[in-house]
Amino acid sequence: MSQTHLQKKNISTSIKENLYKLWSFPGGIKVSGNKSQSNQQPISTAKTARQLIIPLTQHIGQAAEPIVKVGDKVLKGQILAHANGAISAPVHASGSGVITAIEELPVPHPSGLSALCVVIDTDGYDQWIECTPLISENNTLNTSNQSQQTINTLSNEQINKQIANAGIVGLGGALFPSAAKLHTAEKMHTDTLIINAAECEPYITCDDVLMRRRPEEVILGILLIKKIVGAKKCLIGIEDNKPEAYQALLSCISGYNFAHKTNSAEPQIEIIPVPARYPAGGEKQLIQVLTGKEVPSGGLPMDVGIICHNVTTAAAVYQAVYRGEPLISRIVTITGGAIKTPQNMEVPIGTPIRDVLNQAGLQQDKIEKVIMGGPMMGFALSSIDVPVTKATNCLLISEKGELSTPPPAMPCIRCALCADSCPMSLLPQQMYWYAKARDLEKVQDYNLFDCIECGGCSYACPSNIPLVQYYRYAKTEIQNEERERNKANIARDRHEFREERLQKAKLAKAEAARLRKEKLAKKKALDAEKAKQEADKADNSDDSNGDSKEKSKAADSADLIQEAIARAKAKKAQQQSQRKNTENLTEAQQKQIDEANTRRRKTSQTD
Amino acid sequence: MFLAQSSPFLKPALSVSKMMRVVTLLMIPGILTATYVFGYGVLINIFLAIIFALSFEAIILYLRKRPIKVYLNDNSALLTAVIIGVALPPLAPWWLTFVGVFFAIVVAKQLYGGLGYNTFNPAMVAYAILLVSFPAQMTTYWQTPIMMLSQVNGQTLSLLETINFQLFAQLPDGVAMDALTSASPLGIVRTSILSGAATISEIDAQGTTFGMLGGIGTEWVNLAFLAGGLFMLRKGLISWHIPLSLLATLGFLSLLFGSFELDSNPSPLFHLFSGATMLGAFFIATDPVTASTTPRGRIFYGAGIGALIYIIRTWGGYPDAVAFSVLIMNMCVPLLDYYTQPRVYGHQVDNDDQELP
Ligand code: SF4
Ligand code: SF4
Repeated sequence: MSQTHLQKKNISTSIKENLYKLWSFPGGIKVSGNKSQSNQQPISTAKTARQLIIPLTQHIGQAAEPIVKVGDKVLKGQILAHANGAISAPVHASGSGVITAIEELPVPHPSGLSALCVVIDTDGYDQWIECTPLISENNTLNTSNQSQQTINTLSNEQINKQIANAGIVGLGGALFPSAAKLHTAEKMHTDTLIINAAECEPYITCDDVLMRRRPEEVILGILLIKKIVGAKKCLIGIEDNKPEAYQALLSCISGYNFAHKTNSAEPQIEIIPVPARYPAGGEKQLIQVLTGKEVPSGGLPMDVGIICHNVTTAAAVYQAVYRGEPLISRIVTITGGAIKTPQNMEVPIGTPIRDVLNQAGLQQDKIEKVIMGGPMMGFALSSIDVPVTKATNCLLISEKGELSTPPPAMPCIRCALCADSCPMSLLPQQMYWYAKARDLEKVQDYNLFDCIECGGCSYACPSNIPLVQYYRYAKTEIQNEERERNKANIARDRHEFREERLQKAKLAKAEAARLRKEKLAKKKALDAEKAKQEADKADNSDDSNGDSKEKSKAADSADLIQEAIARAKAKKAQQQSQRKNTENLTEAQQKQIDEANTRRRKTSQTD
Repeated sequence: MFLAQSSPFLKPALSVSKMMRVVTLLMIPGILTATYVFGYGVLINIFLAIIFALSFEAIILYLRKRPIKVYLNDNSALLTAVIIGVALPPLAPWWLTFVGVFFAIVVAKQLYGGLGYNTFNPAMVAYAILLVSFPAQMTTYWQTPIMMLSQVNGQTLSLLETINFQLFAQLPDGVAMDALTSASPLGIVRTSILSGAATISEIDAQGTTFGMLGGIGTEWVNLAFLAGGLFMLRKGLISWHIPLSLLATLGFLSLLFGSFELDSNPSPLFHLFSGATMLGAFFIATDPVTASTTPRGRIFYGAGIGALIYIIRTWGGYPDAVAFSVLIMNMCVPLLDYYTQPRVYGHQVDNDDQELP
């Protein structure tokens, strides 16, 4: 099919001096940014709370395994729980004090889940554990050539181990353990590193202020990441509505690029303003805009030689390597009509959200909704007595009339405004019909699992239909069904296996009986024949004979079991290949589903 | 539980009610121009159509136990009524409007399930049924355009006289129907050419058919609707696909056939600026409910309407053809939608394993 959305364009942006060739993504929506409320002030620092509640699952993968116990005294930065498996991340104390509980407590989650948390009663000293940086911090970027050389003295393993130990996860929202991602990227052929600095979602400005205030940390973090993945090229994609952040980064890298001029005259790090249009910061959209490539459905950016990281993750990498500090705080945008002084605040992980809001001047009587994340992809919190986690990039406290109210939906008028705004070129209206009709196969035929839940369609729909909600519902239903079916499969296999085993046991019994008979007959014959001979010798040889028979019998039955398993497996595989794609999700697709799931809990678009 | 509000929380950009209201408002330039050209009948038609439409809608909503206020507020019946009002002949008797609106609102819209569920464009269903059932009224009750009055010694009616005629079929003394009305430029061209009575240049020589661009009088109305339509495009209320493909196809076909036999085919401009072309291209064919929904589908949809308009105008049994063309293409929409699905991000080939809905 000939149609392609990739119109090569020369987009001249409001930020001058940049004529990088950009592609475009289909759909998307223009939204008012609402960013100026919070991005003017410097980054403030939250006071250490009296009590810190630190969840053990703040990342994709296995929950971290606690290595402390109630009553332990811990220092700031001390490890509380180890990574549990390859896809996991450790968790650290974000303040010094005494552990008073390790228990299930409510955590920020769309469905108000509880999870295991370590509770620290802080002692007010904020005493740090000793940190071991890999590079001393006075190696700044001003001597850009030197900083690259210093980085080059480190091995990939060294840096990645530091990242893993610091508990760094994708801070744009994906929360995937960064070390695991970098390790994979290092192994695969990754030629482009894309740094997501687009921050396209309204209200959120934490990346923006980070780049404005700490550009060096960002750039040095990027250099470290770039070294690990071995990318030839690094593109920093930033929406053109952040000229200050753009300038700040630019002044940082100009020296660096000068020092590392390659023959091709192509700079190694490029900061590229992209037109502000939601969701330009979606990982797939940013890749498309910057490179013209599309991540294959169900695949990963690495499949097209690209790896994406968020600016905030880069800054965390910097802190781990240059200061030896684990990830125990993050910048949170606190904004919305019910906040007196909207701002960005560096908040220790585990600080109760109520404390944070109060410090920013929460006007209790004005609160309408409390949203973690942005207004497009965030979720409403039912309580503010939950802790800030690594995923908390924004707290949006709206006043009445600021955001939408639950819609009385009108019928769909088939206007296709939803399809026109879909960055994935899906047909939201058709997916809606089938999701509503609970036709879970049809809705997948319309590529439900390619939906990134950006919310563009719901926003555009004049009938006020909560489209994305239907997709989430359908996805959950499909996954539940999937799980049920897997359970049934396992049960059936178990049953088949049991049948085989019984059958085999019967055969073995019969065989044993036959052997016994034979042996008995043989023995009788022997007895008769050797009656006149001495008994000792004959007995011995007989025993050894019986032993070996016993052994071969055992081997036989092991073979039978193997066969039974193989048969059951083949049968299962055959059945699966006959079924539709619901059951046939590849690992990558399953992963994508899981990712989509977690995307619900997150706010921005990349890790 | 499942419909508890979740993201996005941003206030939606547009509502159905606003969309329909703005589209209706953007018809005003066309309506005023038509009133200037064809007299007060246009306004009276629209007024009656609105009253009938809202009443029918309310009654049916009541019978179907739907929230009347919510659905009356969506302004969709209003828009349908206004389109019927402008499409009808300016001197149409009240019952013509009544019957038309009945078919549009009650039959074509509500019996199909109401807003969003109708397959056919309600206003065009009304128009087609009236044209087939009452061909005389539908084609001859067109008041002489004001710019032609002096040439044909025609007469016009005042507002009161018009009301009197439309409601009670009474003409003022000394005014005959013949003196009030004249055949439409599209009608003249069609009958003359088909019957071989006159060539284009002969018709032109009479000076009562062609204006500067299209049909005398209607060209102004078309220009006004074009202006409103362009504004809708700018506001993002409609996408460019349908109007552009419709107008381009109509223009291209008239250019193509016109270049064979110059004197028996009117110019592309005539086709573009006569009859209901612009009204159809921007306000009728773009009706969201009944048009194709994919970008490529819309192009085919618009092109199909454009081609049918040309075919029916040139060789068919009716002078103007927007209604039939739109209805025929309405039937093709499921097929168009199905076969023109966009390529989804990250999918290299079409998903051809889908069955037809
Ligand atoms: S939420 Fe899904 S369907 Fe809706 S616009 Fe975004 S990607 Fe498309
Ligand atoms: S935007 Fe809403 S009303 Fe329009 S086609 Fe999509 S779902 Fe239907």
